[in-house]
Amino acid sequence: MFALLALLPTLAIFAFVRIYPIGDTLRLSLHKWDILSKNKPFIGFANFEELASDPLFREALLNTTIIAFGVLLITIPLALVLAALIYHRTRSRLAGFYEAAIFIPHVVSLVPAAMAWKWIFDARLGPLNALLTSVGFAPRSWLFDPVLSVLCVIVLCSWQALGYAVIIYLVGFKSLPTSLYEAAELDGASAPQRFWHLSVPLLKPITLYVSVVTLVSGFNVYAQAFVLASDAQGAPGRQVRVLVLDMLENSFRNYRVGYAASEAVVLLGIVLILTLVQFRMLREKGRS
Amino acid sequence: MSRRTKERLINIAIDAVLTAVCLLMILPLVFLVSNAFKTPQEMLAWPPTIIPDDPTVRNFRAVLSDTPLLRWIGNSILFSLLSTVCILATSAITGYILGKFRYRVLNVFFAIILATAIVPFEVYMIPLYFQAKALGILNSTWGLLLGYLVMSFGIFLIRQNVIHSIPDELLEAARIDGAGEFWIFWRIVLPLLRGALGALGVLAFFQAWTAFAWPLIVATTRDSYTIEVGLALFQTGFTVDLGRLSAASAVVLIPSITLFVLLRRNFVQGVASTGLKE
Repeated sequence: MFALLALLPTLAIFAFVRIYPIGDTLRLSLHKWDILSKNKPFIGFANFEELASDPLFREALLNTTIIAFGVLLITIPLALVLAALIYHRTRSRLAGFYEAAIFIPHVVSLVPAAMAWKWIFDARLGPLNALLTSVGFAPRSWLFDPVLSVLCVIVLCSWQALGYAVIIYLVGFKSLPTSLYEAAELDGASAPQRFWHLSVPLLKPITLYVSVVTLVSGFNVYAQAFVLASDAQGAPGRQVRVLVLDMLENSFRNYRVGYAASEAVVLLGIVLILTLVQFRMLREKGRS
Repeated sequence: MSRRTKERLINIAIDAVLTAVCLLMILPLVFLVSNAFKTPQEMLAWPPTIIPDDPTVRNFRAVLSDTPLLRWIGNSILFSLLSTVCILATSAITGYILGKFRYRVLNVFFAIILATAIVPFEVYMIPLYFQAKALGILNSTWGLLLGYLVMSFGIFLIRQNVIHSIPDELLEAARIDGAGEFWIFWRIVLPLLRGALGALGVLAFFQAWTAFAWPLIVATTRDSYTIEVGLALFQTGFTVDLGRLSAASAVVLIPSITLFVLLRRNFVQGVASTGLKE
């Protein structure tokens, strides 16, 4: 009795701020709702059909996918190596500093962190271009070029994601059986060999977990793209179009809430597929 | 070369690499803070200076007169604290009940909570916005709070902790002594969960403190912005220069870095436990 009574407030909140809006997203995605009009006619999958041929949505989906996988490709190998090195130096006095310094970008507020990178990439004032010109390369307008600005978002997001991945890998390293390593060392395996033939395969579940988390947050990327790509001097900055931005524009600028909801459903689909892949792989591992 | 000298050399090399990487990681933030104290001329200098030659607080003064920066920070602090309190309260009680009581219906609740945890906030924030609008709480702390009242992961984390660190015998003994259920929760369970709640509190606070998309759509009047939104929209203004942006950013950054340095263990513990989901 106590249990159910005590659960009631949480369940009520959950129903109101999670379950109902998730359901509403699914429902709206099948309806045409243009905020201004009162009725919301049911239109089946018409929103999704329209999405498939919407150039802005395609651009957003492509950019988001590139960002998500770009961050993954930079973060995972780097985090694995760094975590191995930090783990090797666990007993040194510097270990705490390493952990903290790599982790800091993950915890500082997003917008100020993005501002720091905005200065680095700035075409006129930024040290990146100054560095390039001082060694004889042409400066580039990093935040205005459509390809380069996506790259800038990837760099910023990787910088932030790295610390998280390193911490998770460190937890992984600490849980590895030391006996295997001692045996390998007796057999004459060098440290790089032990890393490649023992750590990497043993840490596969962790790699899988970090990969899914990184990909999911990559697909939800928004603030980084928003801050980096909008221009400080009032000129119409070239937006890096990502899924969440496209969604917000469709609902709050074009007043097409049903259409935006169908985009949200696509985003949900991607995230669900990623999660299912993770569960499937973990289960296979459990069986073998 | 003896084995020991070789090992020592390798360790020195590793330390050198790691130190270099760490410095590179914090360099953007160091520059941000240093730029905040620079004159426009010095910001252009190459190579950039880390300690300004001629430090000035002009940028800070300009930002404080251009924007209600302190008000934005106040909004963020209030919102983050309320969100932390709500998340700790709901997670503690729900996590405890899901961890220690055996009713079949609880499994259903737990499954639902886990299932919704997979759904990213961005997916359902637009319908949630219309709920906030219907309640008439847009542009208020309550509107912000609506998106950050509960945290599925928090419930999960506390449930795991309850299972691992609170023995059934302890609860049974208290019940035999005639303790009420609420008393048991308040006097026995909560104190034992202090560590886990501390870690969760830090995570919850920073989750709200760094929230962006939700505050951006809910708070649309200048006075109701959180600091993240205020800063992001401030940079799109017409007359803003990088010195002022850096100053405003530094004001936001310095407290969160200080907090991180003080509570580092809780941060790492909190994040590390998210990795142990499976």
